[in-house]
Amino acid sequence: MKMDKVQIQKVNFLKMDQHDINFFMKRYGIGFVLLGMFILLSFASPRFLTVLNLSNVLTTVSINGLLAMGMVFVITAGGIDLSIGSMLALGSVTIGLIMNATGSIFLACAGAIIICALFGLVNGFLVAKFDMFPFVVTLASMLVIRGVSYVMSGGYSFALAKPEFAQIGLGKLFGTIPFPALIFLFVTLLAFVLLQLTKYGRYVYAVGGNIKSARASGVNVLWTRIGTFVIMGIFAGIAAIIMTARINAAQPNIGVGYEVDAIAACVIGGTSFSGGISTIPGTFIGVMIIGLIFNGMNLIGISSYWQIIMKGLLIIAAVMLDKFINRKN
Amino acid sequence: MHNNADSEIDSCKYILDCKDITKQYGGILALKDVQLRLKKGQVHALVGENGAGKSTLMNIIGGLVQPNSGTLFFEGIPYQAKSPVEAIHAGIAMIHQELNPQPYLSIAESIFLNREETYKKIPILNKKATNEKAADVLKKFDINLSPKIHMEDLTLAQIQMIEIVKAVSTNARLILMDEPTSSLDSEETERLFRTIRDLQSKGVTIVYISHRMDEIFAVCDSYSVFRDGRFIGSGSISDVTKDELISLMVGRVVKNIFPKIDCSIKDVVFRTEKLCGKGFKDISFEVRAGEILGITGLVGSGRSETMEAIFGLNPLSSGKIYLNDKEIKIRNVRDAMNKGIAMINEDRKEYGLCLFRSITENISLPSLKKKHKGILINQKKEREACGKIASKLRIKMANLKTDAFSLSGGNQQKVVVAKWLMDRPDLIILDEPTRGVDVGAKAEIHSLMCQFAAEGMAIIMVSSELPEVMGMSDRILIYHEGSLNGEVTRAEILSGEVNQETILRKEFGER
Repeated sequence: MKMDKVQIQKVNFLKMDQHDINFFMKRYGIGFVLLGMFILLSFASPRFLTVLNLSNVLTTVSINGLLAMGMVFVITAGGIDLSIGSMLALGSVTIGLIMNATGSIFLACAGAIIICALFGLVNGFLVAKFDMFPFVVTLASMLVIRGVSYVMSGGYSFALAKPEFAQIGLGKLFGTIPFPALIFLFVTLLAFVLLQLTKYGRYVYAVGGNIKSARASGVNVLWTRIGTFVIMGIFAGIAAIIMTARINAAQPNIGVGYEVDAIAACVIGGTSFSGGISTIPGTFIGVMIIGLIFNGMNLIGISSYWQIIMKGLLIIAAVMLDKFINRKN
Repeated sequence: MHNNADSEIDSCKYILDCKDITKQYGGILALKDVQLRLKKGQVHALVGENGAGKSTLMNIIGGLVQPNSGTLFFEGIPYQAKSPVEAIHAGIAMIHQELNPQPYLSIAESIFLNREETYKKIPILNKKATNEKAADVLKKFDINLSPKIHMEDLTLAQIQMIEIVKAVSTNARLILMDEPTSSLDSEETERLFRTIRDLQSKGVTIVYISHRMDEIFAVCDSYSVFRDGRFIGSGSISDVTKDELISLMVGRVVKNIFPKIDCSIKDVVFRTEKLCGKGFKDISFEVRAGEILGITGLVGSGRSETMEAIFGLNPLSSGKIYLNDKEIKIRNVRDAMNKGIAMINEDRKEYGLCLFRSITENISLPSLKKKHKGILINQKKEREACGKIASKLRIKMANLKTDAFSLSGGNQQKVVVAKWLMDRPDLIILDEPTRGVDVGAKAEIHSLMCQFAAEGMAIIMVSSELPEVMGMSDRILIYHEGSLNGEVTRAEILSGEVNQETILRKEFGER
């Protein structure tokens, strides 16, 4: 009798039944791809599994990671945001202008986040209030925001008044963990709590899963949808701070095409394009996979042209894998 | 003694002969050695509870699904369609329960989709010839519609008629109809029956799937019963009674289809005064605690529109609403919910559920705001509350984390009911609560309604199914073209003073 009990406990130590395992595979099956890449790369290059290289990877993925953490909210609620690349530029120019005018790093950073959040609010309002297609709205605002950042900067990049600002991009906690990586991990945790543990997150899933049912259940659909774009804006603002610090200049022409990688990370991480299905850990895995393609191929010495092709193929593979797993269940 | 030649001769007697069909999905046996035999010109009812395997067999015949084993003969020839296109070529057409029209195509274009007329020498569409051809076919069915009308401008009933016309125009000799009346009102249903009889006289064979016994007895001449993926029996409709057929379906004797319990009816909970809005005008009525108020009328008579306006889904243009003798204003769903009104919408897939989210998430969605303080969700509390209500409503599920999608229709409906019971409402509006739900689950939902009434809730039940309305309501309001046209009490029904026909007449506008 006693033996039996012990054994049952042993089998069930993760408290997972068959359903939980299926669910886990469905949501996080892509994690095995990441694991495979880790193993492969550590054999292929002795430099891969070093603290220096890994913290390098986290630093390089931090900007795309922040954007992906915002994008996952937008896509989960059934939207898309193409304007985030332009927001990086706008954020960068804003930082430069405020910093050079006031000399305050804090005001500059706050200004960048606020202005990106405001444009997110406008995006969300147009999408949710007037029921316009998010693709079209943010395609238009991508142009507008890019234009605004050119107008604000006169079209030129310019130097920053405070050299210590660059520390946000270059500095390391205890000399090992780079600040950008730290910020990315913190935002990931924040996104996890917000999307998966709060009422607001639940409403985001409900709106993306079935907007009519959400409305008929008393969910404030308008502000839930607007909220996702504002969150996207805030995270894009934070990404702009890191990017500006790393290049140590305000530039109106940065960030072109960054929305592609953010969307790719979400999709690879199991986010459904029709809305309602996503996880933050999945998105994190997606971000890391994209980062490792870049890093790993550099280490092995494959040209960046092939990296782009790989990224494209991986997106298709991820979506196919998703279809395959979902059909099986 | 059975050899192949014999069975083939045997099969000639039947237009369709399905033998020993087995179909397995993963580990689940959907069909086990079932048979279905149809004679030419029959209208054959295929009955069984949800999950009995009717739809699976229809999908096999219609070419959507391949069987694991078994043989089919159509018109005496071995038949196995690998796609719907092959089935249509063979002469078998399927009318699905959920119609999927091409909204931006005209009637003519949808009838001749994939068979378009072109000019003789150049491959360019000949719209005129297509329209003329379509007009011809429509005329044959006495349908008074221009072939140029777009599908999006048609009613559901009209779209269904077009589907049937399309099926016949492809020279279909066998038409499979899956719950064809689920979204039709009584007049449209009657019209469909006329079409079916007309097809029958032309020698077309029809398989008719429905949960509604009255319809089966009105239009079908033979039946087959499936239960749990097995063939139970078949015969002529004239040889069975409704009760016998239901017993065959559920495998036990169902004594009382409507378990109505009379509860003590107390004070007026909810009252409306001259409500007007899109699709209805001057609607005044009241509901009392412990009362089940039935509302019936033809589809489009304004019943659901009124209820949606009361619940804040659509605006009211004028009129007053009183809850517990206080006038209330309802601008949106949240207002209605805060006042203690709940509504179970007629379309559970569209308005009721997030199909790909878990049962827990679906159940707790409307009550999250009230039940959880702060911004975080107390996961443990949520799980316990949902588990409690799920077992109270006896929702059959693998576990609370499964997608709502994986449940059967009846259990999905119970999840929708559960959503609204988390926060005990004063008034609960149920719009078509048992649509597309099998007999067993139907009875359970009905007894739940009685239970709510006994707990002192006021209940409004909208339904097109007259036996249900008559069996469950304390009072019945009848809609006709946007206004109320009469009221019937339970006493009048029990005494036999009012019957189904009286109510139908009122639905059609007789005083």
